[in-house]
Amino acid sequence: MSTTTIAATEVELNDEGFFVDPEQWTEDMAPELARREGIDELTPAHWQVLRFMRAEYFAKGTGPTVRMLGKTSGVSVKELYQLFPKGPAKIAARIAGIPKPRGCI
Amino acid sequence: MRDLRPWRRRRLRCSLKLVVARIVVLGGGTGGTLAANRLRRQFGDHAEITVVDQDDRHIYQPGLLFVPFGLAHADEIVRPRSRQLHDGIAFRRCAIDRVEITDNTVHLADGTILPYDVLVVATGATLVPEETEGLTGPGWIEKVFTFYSLEGAAALADALAAFDGGRLVVNVIDMPIKCPVAPLEFCFLADWYFHERGIRDRVQITYVTPLDGAFTKPVASRQLSGMLAEKGIDLITEFNTGEVDGVGGRLVGYDGREVSFDVAVVVPLHGGADYIGRSPGLGDELNFVPTDEHTLQCKVAPNVFVIGDAANVPASKAGSVTHFEGETVVENVRRHLAGEPLVDGFDGHANCFIETGFHKALLIDFNYDTEPLPGHYPSAVGLPLLKESRLNHLGKLMFQWFYWHSLLPGRDIPGVGSSMPTAGKHPVDATPAGKD
Repeated sequence: MSTTTIAATEVELNDEGFFVDPEQWTEDMAPELARREGIDELTPAHWQVLRFMRAEYFAKGTGPTVRMLGKTSGVSVKELYQLFPKGPAKIAARIAGIPKPRGCI
Repeated sequence: MRDLRPWRRRRLRCSLKLVVARIVVLGGGTGGTLAANRLRRQFGDHAEITVVDQDDRHIYQPGLLFVPFGLAHADEIVRPRSRQLHDGIAFRRCAIDRVEITDNTVHLADGTILPYDVLVVATGATLVPEETEGLTGPGWIEKVFTFYSLEGAAALADALAAFDGGRLVVNVIDMPIKCPVAPLEFCFLADWYFHERGIRDRVQITYVTPLDGAFTKPVASRQLSGMLAEKGIDLITEFNTGEVDGVGGRLVGYDGREVSFDVAVVVPLHGGADYIGRSPGLGDELNFVPTDEHTLQCKVAPNVFVIGDAANVPASKAGSVTHFEGETVVENVRRHLAGEPLVDGFDGHANCFIETGFHKALLIDFNYDTEPLPGHYPSAVGLPLLKESRLNHLGKLMFQWFYWHSLLPGRDIPGVGSSMPTAGKHPVDATPAGKD
């Protein structure tokens, strides 16, 4: 676990770069978090996924997997990989300030 | 972890208000069979228990791993479902159309309506290969196989026997899957099989996984990644298969990466049973049933309980998990019918033998909170954990006997409790997988 400053605010990230407390996240942190993941600009499509990830996390206690995102977010799996090439669920969860999706058991 | 023993011995007689409870169990596999048999022992004639399944073939699923290598024959791992159920349990052979949770009825494909007081969902996980582009297209069951079905495992046995060298790729499309260690075991057994045939140097074996390591849990993942390397099996991680090109012999990742093969062994995507998707409000996006991870009560209907792979709980989809869930499911059915508060009985306990070839196996034991650790099971004296041994291999072979004669009848295996034991385990530094 480490403390990092994002958008002039101190937040706690775990060893894999996920937020420890999703309540510490604010929307103005997303562009900086995205740049850390190699995404220079967040488009409306990125935001659609990020907001969906957070809504799912707060409703169900875990973020969705890529497959669930493809079925429910309104963005296809192919498009998800275009938006977040290094792995949509993981990268979008980091940018959206929620823990690692719990799909992998 | 709460001690379940005091209530296990308590019988229903004093507390049950209903004279005869109607309990319908959907699925006659591992979970449905052991739940029905335990319920029958618990309730006797105070419950009318009906098990529904679309066929009468109970497959010993751990045996599927051995079929491709000629170590088991398809016929040896199948028995009639109805014969595994105790006297007094009705078996209904019919496909399920849907469940209506608002009026507590199961609608069968032949039009029959089964009303229930309590429903136990035990219809497991279903393979959905058609969800992956190209997987069931040209080349399916010619160059592209799965051992996750009886027919697939048998076809793969012929293909491996005819294989005399080239690239063998083992690919998990995405989680969740049944028995998450099985694809790794397949790699280890393939290494052994080609050694035995004297052609190992002509076969390149590659394990391609969407995970960031060989397995989901850090300590076991490090150990298993090391074993893959020792056996000369290549590991490709974080590969998300978007397309399987059977004719061209390529796995194509969503990120554009490609992996070539001569024979591919693919673990297809899994979902819950189709009827769950047709049952209003019962399932999630993948047709698994939202379930409380400790009480095993369905989150959308209090008189529905879920056992085994059908549940969306964050435990492995494995027979051992299903076995350990049995005690809690039956006790909570009793408590629900008696109007008592449910017990948070299930801790996510999983216990898996991992065949590593050359007459050896590893054993891992874990739950929701504790990852697989080294040591011994079930106590300081016992089977070695996270370490190859001949004893564990014998344990895996003996397990088939226990499965038919102890686990399905709903008996406890001597010395093996439902909750995960901690005696005999050694904590280690758990650096996340893929970080070292």
